Parts: sequence; structure tokens; C-alpha cells
Amino acid sequence: MSIDFLYPEFEVVRNMDRCITCRVCERQCANEVHAYNERLDKMVSDESKCVNCQRCVSLCPTRALKIVKSDCKLRENANWQNDGIREIYKQANSGGVLLSSMGNPKELPVYWDRMLINASQVTNPSIDPLREPMETRVFLGKKNVKPERDESGNLICKVPPQLELDLPVMFSAMSYGSISYNAHASLARAATEMGTYYNTGEGGLHEDFYQYGPNTIVQVASGRFGVHEEYLAAGAAIEIKIGQGAKPGIGGHLPGSKIVGDVSRTRMIPEGSDAISPAPHHDIYSIEDLRQLVYSLKEATEYKKPVIVKVAAVHNIAAIASGIARSGADIIAIDGIRGGTGAAPTRIRDNVGIPIELALAAVDQRLRDERIRNNVSLVVGGSIRSAADIVKAIALGADACYIATGALLALGCHLCRTCQTGKCNWGIATQRPELVKRLNPDIGSRRLINLLTAWKHEIKEMMGGMGINSIEALRGNRLMLRGVGLTEKELEILGISHAGE
Amino acid sequence: MKRVYVNEEWCLGCHLCEYNCAFANSGMDDMAEALKGKKIFPRIHVEENDRITFAVSCRHCEDPICVKSCIAGAISKRDGVVCVDQDKCVGCLTCVLVCPYGALAPNENGIMQKCELCLTNSFGEPACVSGCPNNAIVYESRDEVQTEVDPDGRTLYVGD
Amino acid sequence: MKRYVIIGNGVAAAACIEGIRSVDPQGTLTVLSEEPYEVYCRPLISYYLEGKTDAEKMKYRGADFYQENGAKVLYEEKAASIDTERKRIVTEKGNEIAYTDICIAAGSSPFVPPFEGLETVPEKYSFMTLDDAYALEKAVSEESRVLIIGAGLIGLKCAEGLKERVKEITVCDLAERVLSSILDTECAALMQEHLENNGISFLLGDSAKSFSGNKAIMNSGKEVEFDVLVLAVGVRANTQIAKEAGCEVNRGILINDRMQTSMEHIYAAGDCAEGTDITSGEHKVLAILPNAYMQGYCAGVNMAGGQAVFDKGIPMNSIGFFGFHAMTAGSYYTEADGGRMYEEKTENSIKRLFTKDGFLTGFILIGREERAGIYTSMIREKIPLAEVDFDLLKRAATNAAFTEEKRKGAFSAVH
Repeated sequence: MSIDFLYPEFEVVRNMDRCITCRVCERQCANEVHAYNERLDKMVSDESKCVNCQRCVSLCPTRALKIVKSDCKLRENANWQNDGIREIYKQANSGGVLLSSMGNPKELPVYWDRMLINASQVTNPSIDPLREPMETRVFLGKKNVKPERDESGNLICKVPPQLELDLPVMFSAMSYGSISYNAHASLARAATEMGTYYNTGEGGLHEDFYQYGPNTIVQVASGRFGVHEEYLAAGAAIEIKIGQGAKPGIGGHLPGSKIVGDVSRTRMIPEGSDAISPAPHHDIYSIEDLRQLVYSLKEATEYKKPVIVKVAAVHNIAAIASGIARSGADIIAIDGIRGGTGAAPTRIRDNVGIPIELALAAVDQRLRDERIRNNVSLVVGGSIRSAADIVKAIALGADACYIATGALLALGCHLCRTCQTGKCNWGIATQRPELVKRLNPDIGSRRLINLLTAWKHEIKEMMGGMGINSIEALRGNRLMLRGVGLTEKELEILGISHAGE
Repeated sequence: MKRVYVNEEWCLGCHLCEYNCAFANSGMDDMAEALKGKKIFPRIHVEENDRITFAVSCRHCEDPICVKSCIAGAISKRDGVVCVDQDKCVGCLTCVLVCPYGALAPNENGIMQKCELCLTNSFGEPACVSGCPNNAIVYESRDEVQTEVDPDGRTLYVGD
Repeated sequence: MKRYVIIGNGVAAAACIEGIRSVDPQGTLTVLSEEPYEVYCRPLISYYLEGKTDAEKMKYRGADFYQENGAKVLYEEKAASIDTERKRIVTEKGNEIAYTDICIAAGSSPFVPPFEGLETVPEKYSFMTLDDAYALEKAVSEESRVLIIGAGLIGLKCAEGLKERVKEITVCDLAERVLSSILDTECAALMQEHLENNGISFLLGDSAKSFSGNKAIMNSGKEVEFDVLVLAVGVRANTQIAKEAGCEVNRGILINDRMQTSMEHIYAAGDCAEGTDITSGEHKVLAILPNAYMQGYCAGVNMAGGQAVFDKGIPMNSIGFFGFHAMTAGSYYTEADGGRMYEEKTENSIKRLFTKDGFLTGFILIGREERAGIYTSMIREKIPLAEVDFDLLKRAATNAAFTEEKRKGAFSAVH
């Protein structure tokens, strides 16, 4: 008996009247929770291994299973809560940094839920999106503000490179390595079908996916893994990753055990070697340095592709964004504190950064104030959960949104938050072939397409209600938002009035 | 003709198809009631080697050797579907001896049964297909694909 | 227009009808049936005695089979001779039937050795036809003691069929083991043990020398009393009519792989014919139902001017007694013949696979629930062992042992 023994977090409840001993749960659990006991002729469970991913629950053909949170808890204490105590036990035992996956689960304010959308009544007509055209297309990139003419007075139509999106949603960066080949295939196919983009993350681009290049954003991050000329040429845009919402200020570490086969080839590093992405880019210590990288990449791709700079939402994000907008970048992507991750130190994920809503409002306002808003497009991510979040983000000033956790949920993720183990039972955050095959991209891409299609309908409905018929007209239209239950300061930063005002 | 096919790259080896098959052919409404505590006799079964798994059911061959070999005249092909007349079958297992895919097996009473595409049971569409969690098992037609039959009844598929 | 005549009305004949009609819907088709019944499958008669089937279910094809195929059946007509000059078949009743093409599907007849005193036995039967089964059914009672001469497929199926109807059954055979044509010594012993556990008694390596009323005197001098005698010593192919017509005849009517005899326009199929056993390369009468069907069908197609070849004849049997099954196929080469054997045994089962020169040539499976057809097709299709994962395949008959290309060809949807 050890000091830090605690009763398992979850319990497997098996309805023995319904269990037919088909052993599907046993075969499907990579954590080896379920087993068939021949002597008893029944299924038994080892709850201590359960991560509550619900794979067994979903596949049990007789609905004989459920997973419940154990009620065997320590004495209630508002200050010292169970999870906190568990973490102390864990660290007292291991001496290590705590690791977590997916987005911040803490009860931080979600400002999306404190903002409400307007609708037309009487004095201005709403629009029925089923009867009238409703434009959801957006172009991301630097916009020409002043028309230029040649000597004979004709307009010079030299538009800087743009990304054309059929709807203002893209799949944000998730590397091949952190997620599976089939997850990437699903994202790539869905992005292509829906007229939007997915993002390689810092894992390089698998040779099989070059065919989706016109709908791919290729990322260049601090480790520069998988970056080469054809890679840059393959994508529709290049994203320089400075930071990530789930772990601002720190680098990444994909253990050597995951650098196998195609992952190693795609990242261009030897099998078994750790893939360590440094915390900073070692060649970027100033906006001027960033400008050099931006233009290096533009030079390498003949100025045909927009360059995105992605940063985490941190305290002085507005000033940072202003710098980026002056660096030559075409698009700024900002990732809020609730953004997901395949693995991050728990304390960083839960405590570093700021919510995306405040960051977005601050950045959009600052760029307008400095009259450089049209130098760049703004893309925001970090827990965009629905079409309503998207509409609110655009009204706050975003050009488009990045989604990742939402996309993974569509692919089957059940948010058990144990990506770091590499044993994802849904075939997403794993490289084990027998698990990877659980995600059939035919199904995965179809579900992503369904999700985006549904969201597109909802966006149109909400816009129609406001009497707005294009994303263009909604962007930065903060009059369409009202706050509820927000402080003066919050309203001020968000640049919106309170409901009732 | 539409047949049940399995794409082995997506087969998880979960064996749900076997249980869905046994349930679909049980004539009962509740799976737990139909299958609990019983040995199942599915008409599809999962095969595996150390790398792959895949589910095997009747191919409904163009020129089925089981039909030719049945000593009771109990196996016939109707509208492209190879069917067993269980009243006529005496359970001699000659069909098991000849089927090159191992697609037939006796039921709990020693009488032969095989996949008849769920055409006559209450499911109406192959239960293995609708219950496959990964779309590994599909009900599709390969008619556009050129087929050829060797003299022994194996259906050979030639190219795309 | 062609005039087809089929001598015989068994499964080979039915298949021949189907073969002819797959090519030629027009020609006249006459079937000479010795028995007064629509086509049925003879191996079913033991199941009839056992109560697993009945006269109606035994019908091999549906009620309108002949009508649908435009075939005229002459019941209780036996062909006596073939006049190849005038192209006429003469029946025993003296009728003449003109033909353009003949298929001899005359089957086989029980072989009864000349036992001394056999004529004194009041109740003696063969076990080949439905009439035999009817007669036997009438002859036995719950008090009957039955002696069956011959522990081959027919004798033992008869024993199984009668078991619940009679008091005791003894099976004797000159051979030292049961099913000597398809099982080796050890496998036969396992099957015998199972039969004995189900109440069948055996006298092996010993057979009747003579009979005296209800008593058999064995070679060993032992005497066996019985009420009903079943003679299941063996069968002989019915070749007489073919021989007289000038066809080459060995144990059966010799045929090539198009089912042609040595005489033009005369084909033969089924138990009376002798084709090639591809596992040994020898000519053999392969008196089993699947071959009868495939030969008959092939003959029919060729008679009607189509092109068919049947060159996949192999010996194979699936036979079960009291729920215990044996499946066998091909040739069992011993090490002396240059073969190798893979074996798995348990108390109640034996599996033996025989390989030679890189091919599976034969197998015996007893008491095993295995999908033997996968092995059979390896033999029939002559698939080299090098093309499969034989290490996996030998342990279990599984499609997983085949190459990905072959698996996908058979099971994958093509996108």
C-alpha cells in the first residue's frame, strides 16, 4: 500500500444482464481495461487503467457499459480539491513536471458565452438565407488600401497573394506525429472539399498529401522540421509558428519513441531521435528578425504565397500584433489560452496566456487605431466551439477562425485528455498502426464536411437575422454584439455595449 | 450485383459483425436476449494474421461450387444470391469441403447456413454492414469491374 | 436440331440437362430413368432412414425441373444397347430412341461377391437406391439384429441410418479398418471408436465366408446371427452398354477432360465414368457427387456444341456419423513417396495435411470444425505453397494466409 494510492478516477459499470461477452470492449481498449475471465465466463475490468475515452461504451452492441466518475473521494475542500491533491501525490512520487493534453479545462471565463448577437426587427429587414444570396467567402491577406494607377490612368490590379476561403473557418495546425496519418487525411480531404485549408503543424508534409497542397498551410516552426523547398512550394500559404495558446513561451518535445517510420521521414530527422522544438526561433529576437524570415520565405516562394505569423495570446498581444503587421506578414493568427495541445506542461497550459476574445478585440482595435488593419488579416483560434463563436469572433474583428479541438471531436475524439500517452483509442492522437486504422478517412472527412456544412448554414442564418449578407459586412461590426454580466473594463476591452444599452 | 465486401485496411478485428449477424438472424428484437449466454453461429467471421484482420462472408460466386456439390440439392442461386434450403439440408458438410473461401458453416443444429445478405430476415439490409463501426464492411456492386469466372467457380476480378 | 439422350437419371444426368440447356434451348432431350423417381441424390438414402429427410425433400430439383428444361423422362426404361450405326438407343423394353449425342450417366451397381449360401438368407438387401431404403425400412424392426458386410462409406452410412430403428448392428469388413478407401489406420481407429461409442459393433479383418439362413460364418470361423443382412461390399461402374458400343472402358468408361468417351457423340459422366484424378495424375472413377455434377454439366455443354473442360477432378469426401465428421481430399503421399505430412492431434481429432513438391496434395480432418474448402481449393487449383503463408495455413484453414492481392481480389470492394 503506498501513500499516494487513490481509488481509480473512473469506474466501469457493466450491466451483466446485458453483457453478451462479445469481448468487443476488450479488443477495443488500448489501455487494457477490459478482459475476459474464462474461469468466471465473464468480462472483468481494471478500472485503474481507464481514461474515460468512451470507446468501449460507444462500441458495446448491447449498451451494457458505462463509465462513471468514481465517488470515492477525499474529504471535500473548496481550496484543496481532489485534482490538485492527486497532482501533488503524482509529483511527490515522480519528481516530474506534470503533462496534460487538449485545452485548458479550468473554469476560466468564456467571453463568447457572455456576448449576444443582434437581430433585425421591423426597422431593418432580416434576410432569408434560403431565398437570397449570402456570401460566406473571405479572402485572407494584405489588402490594397489605395488604388494605384499606371501612367495612362488604368488601375493596377496587383493584388498581394490571398487565401480564398468558402467559409471563414480553417483547421488549425496539428502535426503529423501528434495526430495520425488518417486524421491528416481526413482534414486534408475535408478542407479540399469545403474550399478551406488545413495546417501541417510542425511535422512536415507527408508525401501522400502533396496532392492536397492547394488546401494546405505549411508551417515553419522553431525546430524547422520537415521544411524544404518543395514543402514550401506545396502549400497555399506558409505559417511561421511563434507560439501556441496551450503553451506560450515554451517549445515542443515529441519523444523519440514516436519518431518512427513515416513520421521520421516526414520530419526529416532520424528514427528514435527526440524532436525538440526550441522555445524561441533562434534566429528571431526582434520584429526585424521576424521580417527577415517572412521575406526569406516569400523569396523562396516567389511572393506567390501569403505568410502567416502565429502567436499565442499573451499580455501585450496588441503591441506584438502591431509589430507583426509591420513585419511583412500577410496574416496574423492568434491562439488563445483555451487552445488545445497534444502534450503540454499542465501548469503552462492552465496558467499562461489570455483568452482569445480579449486578445482579438485588443488587436483589432490596435491595428485600426494604427491604421494598419488592412495590412493583415486576423485569424483567431483557441476554443472556437460553434458557428455562434465564429459569428461573434468575426463581429469582434476576426477575418476567419481556426478550429482544431472541434475538428477532432468531429473525428471521434471524446476529450479524455490523454493524447500524451499515444494510445488514442479513436485513432487520432496515436501512431500505433492498429489504432490509426480505427479512423477511416472516408468517415472522418465526411464528418468534418458535415460539421462545416452545418456551421455554414448556421452562420448564414445568424447573418441573415442581423440583416447582413456577407462576412465582409459583419467583420468588426461590434454593434452586433452585446455583453451580459461583464464588467465595465471587460466591455471596454471588447469594445461592445452591455445588453440593454 | 451488390455484395458484402470488406476493406481490410479498415477492419479493426472488433468482431462486431459476427454478433450483429447472429442477432440479425436470431429473429429476436433484443440483442442481449438473443445472444446472452449462447455460443454464436454467425454467417460472417473475422480472420486474421499477425498484421491484418478482415471479415469473410459468402462471395455469391458467379458459378458457385457449393451449389454444384450439394448432395441434397439444398443450395441454389436465386437472383444472384446463393441460398440454403435448410429443410432440405442434411448437414453432410460437403459444401464446407468445397467452398474455397470457407464461407459456409453449420448452425447449432448441424444444418448449414450462410450469408444471404439479410434479404429475408427482419433487417432487410446486411447487419454486418450497417453495424460496422469503421465502414470496413460495405454493401456495394462491383459490376462496373470486369469479372471473370474460372471453371471452378471462383470469381476472379480483373483490374479496375 | 439435336437429339440428346441421357442414359440415367441421377445427379450427373440432371447436371447434363442443365449443361445442355445453358447452350442449346432447342434440341430434344430424352432421359432414360431406370428408377420410377424424379432425380434424387443416392447418398441421401441413409438420411432418409435416419429421418433427416423424406421422399419429397430428397428431390434434387424442383417439381417442374424437367418441364422447364424441356426434357422428357422415360421412367423405368433401361437402355440395353447403343446402335452407333443407326444412331439409335434400344431399351430393354424394345423401344428405340434416335440420338445425335448421348451422355451415359448410368451410375454404378452394388457388387455382390458369390457368397456360399447367400440364397438361403431370407432378408438381404443392398443399399444404393431409394427402393433399397424403402425395402430396408420395411424389413427392420426394433428387435432386428443387422449384419452389414462392408465398412466403407455405404455400409457405415447404412449403419448410422438404421441405428435408431433396430436393436443391434454389426459391421464386418475384410479390411483391418473402417473407411479404408479414405482413411489411414490411425484416423480410421478414431472414427471406429466414435462409431463404437454410438453402439455399432465391428468385426474387422474378417468377413463372411458363407451364409446359412440367418447365420453368417466368418472367415475366422466365428458365427454371427442376424435378422437382416445388408450387402455393402462395393460398387461397380455400369459400363456394359458403353463397352458394347465400342467405348474404351477400364474400371469406368474412359473420358477425357471434355467428358468424351472414345466414341464420337458419346459422352459419359458420374459414377460410371473414369476421368483423371489431378492429385495423382491417374485415371480413376471418382464416385462422388460434386464430380458427378461437374462432369455431367461439362458433358452437357460440350454435347450442345459449347466449350467446357473439367480438369479439376479430385477425390474428396465429407462424411459424418452421429455428428462426428471426417473430411478428406486428394492423395496422401507418405515420406516414402517423397511427401511430407503435417499433423495435429487431440484426443478427439486428427488433422493431417500431405504435401509434395511444394503443393498440398491431400488432407484428412477428423473431428475438427475447420473450413476445409480452403485446403481443397489449394489442391484443386494447384496453388503453390510458396504463394501462401503455409505456416499459418497449416495451423488453420484461413484466407489470411493468402497474398494481399488474392485476398483483396476476393473480399475487397474496388474503389
